[in-house]
Amino acid sequence: MTMTLMKGNEALALAAIRGGCTHFFGYPITPQNEIPEFLARELPKIGGVFIQAESEIGAVNMLYGAAAVGCRVMTSSSSPGLALMQEGISLLAAAEMPCVIVNVMRGGPGIGGIQPSQADYFQMTRGGGNGDYRVPALAPATVQESVSMMVQAFEMADCYRTPVFIVSDGMLGQMMEPVEFDNIELKEPPEKEWKLTGHGNVRKPKTIKTLMLDPARLEARNFELQEKFQKIAAAECSWEEYLIDDAVLVFTAYGSTARIARNAVDQLREEGFAAGLIRPRTLWPFPDKPFQQLASRCQTVLCVEMSCGQMVDDVRLAVNGKLPVAFYGRCGGMIPSPEELVAKAKNIMKGGRQ
Amino acid sequence: MAGIQGIPHIAVDRCKGCGLCVSVCPQSVLAISDGAVNVKGYQPAIVAEPERCIGCTSCALICPDVVISVERIPVKKEVKS
Amino acid sequence: MSVVFSRTKGLTEAETHYCPGCTHGIAHRLVGEALEELDLLGNTIGCSAVGCSILSYNYINVDMIECLHGRAPAVATGIKRVRPDSIVFTYQGDGDLASIGTAEIVHAAHRGENITVVFVNNAIYGMTGGQMAPTTLAGQKVTTAPAGRNPVINGMPLKVSEMLAQIPGAAYVERVSLHSPKEIRKAKRAIKKGLTCQVEKRGFSLIEVLSTCPTGWGLSPVDAVAWLEANMVPYYPLGVLKAPEGGKNV
Repeated sequence: MTMTLMKGNEALALAAIRGGCTHFFGYPITPQNEIPEFLARELPKIGGVFIQAESEIGAVNMLYGAAAVGCRVMTSSSSPGLALMQEGISLLAAAEMPCVIVNVMRGGPGIGGIQPSQADYFQMTRGGGNGDYRVPALAPATVQESVSMMVQAFEMADCYRTPVFIVSDGMLGQMMEPVEFDNIELKEPPEKEWKLTGHGNVRKPKTIKTLMLDPARLEARNFELQEKFQKIAAAECSWEEYLIDDAVLVFTAYGSTARIARNAVDQLREEGFAAGLIRPRTLWPFPDKPFQQLASRCQTVLCVEMSCGQMVDDVRLAVNGKLPVAFYGRCGGMIPSPEELVAKAKNIMKGGRQ
Repeated sequence: MAGIQGIPHIAVDRCKGCGLCVSVCPQSVLAISDGAVNVKGYQPAIVAEPERCIGCTSCALICPDVVISVERIPVKKEVKS
Repeated sequence: MSVVFSRTKGLTEAETHYCPGCTHGIAHRLVGEALEELDLLGNTIGCSAVGCSILSYNYINVDMIECLHGRAPAVATGIKRVRPDSIVFTYQGDGDLASIGTAEIVHAAHRGENITVVFVNNAIYGMTGGQMAPTTLAGQKVTTAPAGRNPVINGMPLKVSEMLAQIPGAAYVERVSLHSPKEIRKAKRAIKKGLTCQVEKRGFSLIEVLSTCPTGWGLSPVDAVAWLEANMVPYYPLGVLKAPEGGKNV
């Protein structure tokens, strides 16, 4: 096993190549630039293609074209860039085009800032695009997990014919950690019999389209997509549990915030407070199960985000009124410290205001 | 003298009766049907004066619905002095 | 006896949804004939664009993909960069290409993407009911400029081909018209030239096709072609704006 010290963004980019990605289309935006820069250098070496698009709108539509002819393709961007792509993401989901889209989140709204944030939870799980659609969203918390999730994202994309999000943030993208690539085992990608190749004068022409002017057909098509989303939701929920069996207070957080929450759990445990952590690894589908199965000992769920409270909506839906759900958030590029979380947790456990 | 006789064929039921073919025919071979409508409800173009056709294909070239095909046959024409 | 004109294999048997006299049908036929005559039908992927011609995939006998409004050149880029030996074309109207899709078309030309663009300019938004396009002529009455396009408010109509021809990556740019059989023959030659340019990997090619919208213009089909010749051709002069030799050799 060879460990390499790598930045989160660069590890994502290398993992994409290991995951079979041959084409990248993207537009520069901080804090994700290491990804396109790495791929601009490395993709041509494997016979792949890197194109710097004229905009995120251009990039997402290039993704659509490349996915339609069957290659493993990705783009990466950061929050406002993702906002610009949303029409295209709705199209990718509707046309069922497999691809991977990385969001290295920064502070918003508007142009916002360039420091780490998780204020795109809504954008990643609810979408800003039109119509009824869902996009699987994977949220790594370590550089190593960025690697495994990137490979998983390509496989999920092909398996379900869907775009897949990697939801990272400026902290995870910029931090360096030892990482290894040796244990990547790629599954044989499925045959893409739907892809466009030219009919070769041997078959009828194929069309990839989403326009359906007949309401009954469009409704039927929507129901068909919903069935697929339900299948994904049933099979792909993923989360990590940390010391929740006897926990009186359970933190929940994803991505880099989950690392801080885990530190807070350790500090609280040292001081004799029974705290635990549920870390969603998939944001959509959201893992309801661990929240529904919390032991009766648990008195509060404390959701921590680098936002003003977005994932907390899903936590409340999962808990479904059975437990109080408290929230602690920092935003705009401010990062919560373990001490802040410990203080908040103690306050709650001592019956303070939630 | 050998000449050319054109034979235009109009897929009448695909015609939308726009009249572009009629407007470009140099021999006034074609006309818009006077009254009769096709399955679409349009008054289609018809071959009104078939013997005048020289097979130039202008009608087919401008037909937006590609409903016209054209054949040519050699014919002997009397030479008039 | 010889058949001198028959329906090309480049078109499906489907009847088009276009209004009577709309010259989209002619442009579709020319694309189909050009692809058939160059023996490219089996190896072509077309990109349809939002507007009346979005359904062109029902009529042109090749694999096709439907694109978001204005984005066909970006989609074509994605396809071509994965399959450089496929023939890739976009078929876009003037609302799609010259308004919402200016960034995509300019940068496809700028990168010298080896694709062929069929740009149908009928000086109006047809599908949405006759609104003003960037290409609408000064004084031309449209539903969103009921008194006629006022250059003081709306600017003068955009000459897309002239704009694109000066981009180094554009190899071949020509403007043609569909107002007479003679011009239609020339238009087909231009489309074949554009596709040949792509086969020879010379870079970006665009054929602007002046076209009619009898319904949107409020004219009979016959009056519409006359109006095109009398009004559009003087403002949008026909001819080659950039010859293939000027393009980059890929």
